[in-house]
Amino acid sequence: MFDIFLDDAPALVVVLPLLISAIIAFMPSKIWPWIISIITLLLHLFFSLHLLKEISVSGLIIYEFGNWEPPWGISFKIDGVNIGLQLLFSIFVLVSTFYSRKIFLNEIDYRDFGKAYSLWLLAVGSLNGIILTNDIFNLFVFLEISALASISLIALGAGQNRKALLAAFNYLIIGAIGATFYVIGVGFAYAMTGTLNMNDLVIQLAQYFDGQLAIFAGMSFMLIGLMVKAAIFPVHIWLPPAYSYAPSAVSTLLAALATKTILYFFVRLLYEVFIIYPSYLSLFLDFVLYPLSLLAIFIGTVIAIYQDDIKKLLAFSSIAQIGYITLAFSLKDHSGVASGFVHIFNHALIKGGLFMAVGYFAILYKDRVTLNSLKGFGYKYPITSFALLICGLSLIGLPLTNGFISKLYLFQALYTNQMYFSIALVAVSSALAVVYFWKIVEQMWFSEIKFKSEKEDAYIYLPIWIVTISIIVFGIYSTPIIEFSNLSADYLISGYQN
Amino acid sequence: MVGGLIIIITSQNYLKKVVGLAIFQTAVFVFFVSLAKVLDGTAPILTKMANAYSNPLPHVLILTAIVVGVATSALGLALVLQIYKNYETIEEKEIESLELKSDK
Repeated sequence: MFDIFLDDAPALVVVLPLLISAIIAFMPSKIWPWIISIITLLLHLFFSLHLLKEISVSGLIIYEFGNWEPPWGISFKIDGVNIGLQLLFSIFVLVSTFYSRKIFLNEIDYRDFGKAYSLWLLAVGSLNGIILTNDIFNLFVFLEISALASISLIALGAGQNRKALLAAFNYLIIGAIGATFYVIGVGFAYAMTGTLNMNDLVIQLAQYFDGQLAIFAGMSFMLIGLMVKAAIFPVHIWLPPAYSYAPSAVSTLLAALATKTILYFFVRLLYEVFIIYPSYLSLFLDFVLYPLSLLAIFIGTVIAIYQDDIKKLLAFSSIAQIGYITLAFSLKDHSGVASGFVHIFNHALIKGGLFMAVGYFAILYKDRVTLNSLKGFGYKYPITSFALLICGLSLIGLPLTNGFISKLYLFQALYTNQMYFSIALVAVSSALAVVYFWKIVEQMWFSEIKFKSEKEDAYIYLPIWIVTISIIVFGIYSTPIIEFSNLSADYLISGYQN
Repeated sequence: MVGGLIIIITSQNYLKKVVGLAIFQTAVFVFFVSLAKVLDGTAPILTKMANAYSNPLPHVLILTAIVVGVATSALGLALVLQIYKNYETIEEKEIESLELKSDK
């Protein structure tokens, strides 16, 4: 029955959530929007698996919208670079949607349920569009849809704390400036080359233009715009308030996937298009991205230590983790890009799990979760607390968790590039991560107050444990993640060495 | 373009920031449309008079971008309205002092 749809699978993974989102927007029910979203995302996963099967046979799918050939029409491209991310995205969205219902029930008005899931699917569809698109202007549209949907979702947190409105407003202003910068860059690129398709752009740039200033200006505008959106260090200021005042389910989705998809596009733009100007690329990577990553790692971790609010602490630790990813991407070789992708996968799982567990605590505690409020939670809610502990250890990078695999590959990549200073800094920052995570553990298990354990909600701890178990499984059996990351790096780096 | 950015950065009023953003975006749209002009070109309609046509594609792109810009402004204004309902002010400094008080 699905056969007739399978050819259009690349388009459907994006279009299906967008279509369904329009349908469920005005449903006044407490349960139906959720059920329909789950069914939609199961179909989404089915199509993603189909894409994986196709890719393992052919290695490359170019989907042309309306059968317009690529340089003229808009196209989606699926290849070794994004198939792994697509699969992770599909699975994680399904798990977090399963988790989100009980959280939304507690945090937002039930009359807003249909609208909340409508925005949720809108964000999912457009983020997936960012993963698949092969057209630089199309990317801008998806970027803005996802930003507007996430801003509205963040503003839903206003029922809990009115600061959510300010956080959403700041995200709107800063995000829109970033997106507009990106469009200016696209304008320069289009003015010079007359094309928006990424593959065609490479060809045009390589043939006709060498070292023209307009191109460099355009490239810089595009990169700065994307850096704002991906929350790379000096332009990250919208992220911590946005993550910490959003409803917990929303922070889970955004922290795990939103910045990751944009980081993916960022690296693809760098290594697939801008690669034809190696001098410009290495200038940007060595003198902009590399120092900024180191600063992000250090400052993000230090600020996280001084946070009292747990969600804010996690948000600042996200800044540091994005720093690890961009540090890996700034290395310009196969090992660096591969380790960056490994950390994209692993960090999505870790931060997703942490935000899920903390979100559940926020509901149980019925207030913002601060360090003090966690007293004795380790005994009171053992199932969720234990999951939080494992995710936290993985964040630090202990063996047997997937965080360790990330750190291992990052160290290897840095070592082969002989960047001993960065190795030291990453090691110090990992040690500092122990400090802020220990503060949480201390409150949860070693405070004087003891509680009897209370009943926990299986609908909530089940998805948390699915993520936690996957963290352990990928810590011991890391082959799938390594394979996907190597595949991505193979595709991206092969262009660089030729 | 720069004017819009300056408004966003310097003004203390949230409403003015949204307007500044709209000006900034409109400036970029005009930049795009100006790219499309071909010297001696006319509108891209087949006639015997024309010897060159202007490029219609940037106009189409900007049509999309205008829609995005309208949505952004609308959401921004809706947020400003909600902020006013919750804080009874939309001046950045007053809200900051309100928050400082509530933290204590």
